[in-house]
Amino acid sequence: MSIRIDDEKCIGCGACTDVCPGSLLALGEGGKAYIRIPSDCWGCCSCLKQCPAQAIELFLGADIGGGGARMSFERKDGLYEWTVHFPGGDKKTITVDPQRSNKY
Amino acid sequence: MKNNRQLSVCHVQTDLLIIGGGTAGCWAAMKLGEEKDIRVLIAEKANISRSGCLAAGVNALNAYISKGHVPQDYVEYARCDAQEIVRDDLLLSLSERLNDVTQELEKLGLVILKDENGDYVTRGWRNVKINGENIKPLIASAARRGQNVSVLNHVNITDLKTCEEDGRKRVCGAVGFSVNEEKAYDIDAGAVLIATGGAAGLYRPNNPGFSRHKMWYPPFNTGAGYAMGIRAGAEMTTFENRFIALRCKDTIAPTGTIAQGAGAKQVNALGQVYETKYGLTTPERIYGTVEENRAGRGPCYLATAGISEDQEEDLYKAYLNMAPSQTLKWLESGRGPSGQNVEVEGTEPYIVGGHTASGFWVDTKRKTTIDGLYAAGDAAGGAPQKYVTGALAEGEIAAQSIAEALREYKAAGTGDRAKSPDRDQAGAFIRKMQEHLDRPAGVLNWEQLETAMQKVMDEYAGGIRTDYRYNEKRLLKVQEEITRLQGLADQLPAADMFDLLHVYEVKERLTVCRTLIAHMLARKETRWHTFGENADHPEQSPEGLVYVNSRMEDGRITIIKRPLVKGGSYEHKD
Repeated sequence: MSIRIDDEKCIGCGACTDVCPGSLLALGEGGKAYIRIPSDCWGCCSCLKQCPAQAIELFLGADIGGGGARMSFERKDGLYEWTVHFPGGDKKTITVDPQRSNKY
Repeated sequence: MKNNRQLSVCHVQTDLLIIGGGTAGCWAAMKLGEEKDIRVLIAEKANISRSGCLAAGVNALNAYISKGHVPQDYVEYARCDAQEIVRDDLLLSLSERLNDVTQELEKLGLVILKDENGDYVTRGWRNVKINGENIKPLIASAARRGQNVSVLNHVNITDLKTCEEDGRKRVCGAVGFSVNEEKAYDIDAGAVLIATGGAAGLYRPNNPGFSRHKMWYPPFNTGAGYAMGIRAGAEMTTFENRFIALRCKDTIAPTGTIAQGAGAKQVNALGQVYETKYGLTTPERIYGTVEENRAGRGPCYLATAGISEDQEEDLYKAYLNMAPSQTLKWLESGRGPSGQNVEVEGTEPYIVGGHTASGFWVDTKRKTTIDGLYAAGDAAGGAPQKYVTGALAEGEIAAQSIAEALREYKAAGTGDRAKSPDRDQAGAFIRKMQEHLDRPAGVLNWEQLETAMQKVMDEYAGGIRTDYRYNEKRLLKVQEEITRLQGLADQLPAADMFDLLHVYEVKERLTVCRTLIAHMLARKETRWHTFGENADHPEQSPEGLVYVNSRMEDGRITIIKRPLVKGGSYEHKD
């Protein structure tokens, strides 16, 4: 369980470093955010939701079934779009309406 | 190589210091936002926006009194689950507020499912269905609103300051450090509320490798509040009632949504429904799973195969709102819950007062045994199954008690409580931080000690490895080992402030472990399967109908067994 930060997309704003409940993120020498201890990520996705540049993705470690897929998060027209990017290039998006309750 | 990190000291004064801006802490601050004459300061080691248990969101509010039920029903439910070891006064006082805090959450913007009559839709008689993805940001914003409330994010509190007043010990503030800068904090406070949550990371986790922090409880809740209370001599209760959660395998995501929400039964590898054999209380659901595995009938599952595509889609969304890794796992494996059953497992044990009854021994007003010190939420003991709404209710009760106490003190003309004197005490605590920073790197570091602690707790104090069983011989061995590790932890180097945070976290966890072991040794029975599986005493004993409490004095832990408190209210007397 951890996150990957895309250096190309990161704008160095520090929003993720401010919000991480584990204080795990920091700005590196090039002003880009990085995770100081990848194995200490809880997987809460607070940083994905806070990032204004969609530079952060969640992935599962191989020890818990991960096979290289990544999941991104984006707000669009008041909805939340969670997209899984499969290693082969396929994508699957699930859209969640934050104004609707869970059914379970 | 010696580094040159010199801590500067920042002095702060407040009427109330809230340590930990999670669920209970933020709610207490929000409530006190209406009391303009009381200065409130939240000190939070991360950022209150998303810190604590609710970071990723939550799928349901699990403590609510639906139509046709009364608060006393909730007390009886919790008492039954906890095999009598609960405090009536604490459970009843929080149960009476559950529905009010739920309505307040809705006013703050929480989406709650309603039926055509505008009533909340319940799951069973005590859960309401919500979209809880944004519950923490909502509560945090409400806490920030009060003009008398300030927030110190990224400040980790380590120790309580105490003074003598009328021959009694009183808490008069706390000391901590910035997680980002070379800065120590010396905070004077008229009262302190501990809302630091419970303790995770004491035992070897389910996924000890790369995904070591993929656990049920926040890995950043290290038991800091318990540890500072223990060191200050506060009485603790029922640590031996460890909490172990039944979770989806690997992702350690919640199972209630599938079991209660989608109606999936617990089945073993032979496809036999086993939940009815062991019972459906929280510990029994885990106990059954452990026993089926022990009997060679594992793996165990929640039988979801065959649910409809719509149900599957709803589950994907529900998990994205609280545990996104589970949805990712389903999608990545190419088979969702309609195509395969969901494997379940028990987690490593945690100490957490919102689920079991471990924590500070408090009176009905949530005051601890030390004057000026209060506790709420997962930090406070005696009231299991409080969950989110119960933690909010406790934050509220503590806030009211504190406001009352601070006003009485001012009215008595005793002066401004916030002017506490003892700079030497703070200085000693800060020198300890500095010593860690000054120490040259050696061969040991915090990570090694954390692994060592988790290993011995797993092997000797009833972790996953022994199916949660322990005996006296094992406990005595782990007690010795934890004491040895404490000696090593005092000598750890810290290369920077982030490193210093980890050094203190491992010290806190070791302090919690020592108290936990003392409690486990003292309860000579198996009161709860799995949570407290004592191999020397595999049955319940009538002598076990007491609270096992403890207090640390001069580094020694004394056990105090107290008779069960029934009804009414409770005040500290001795």
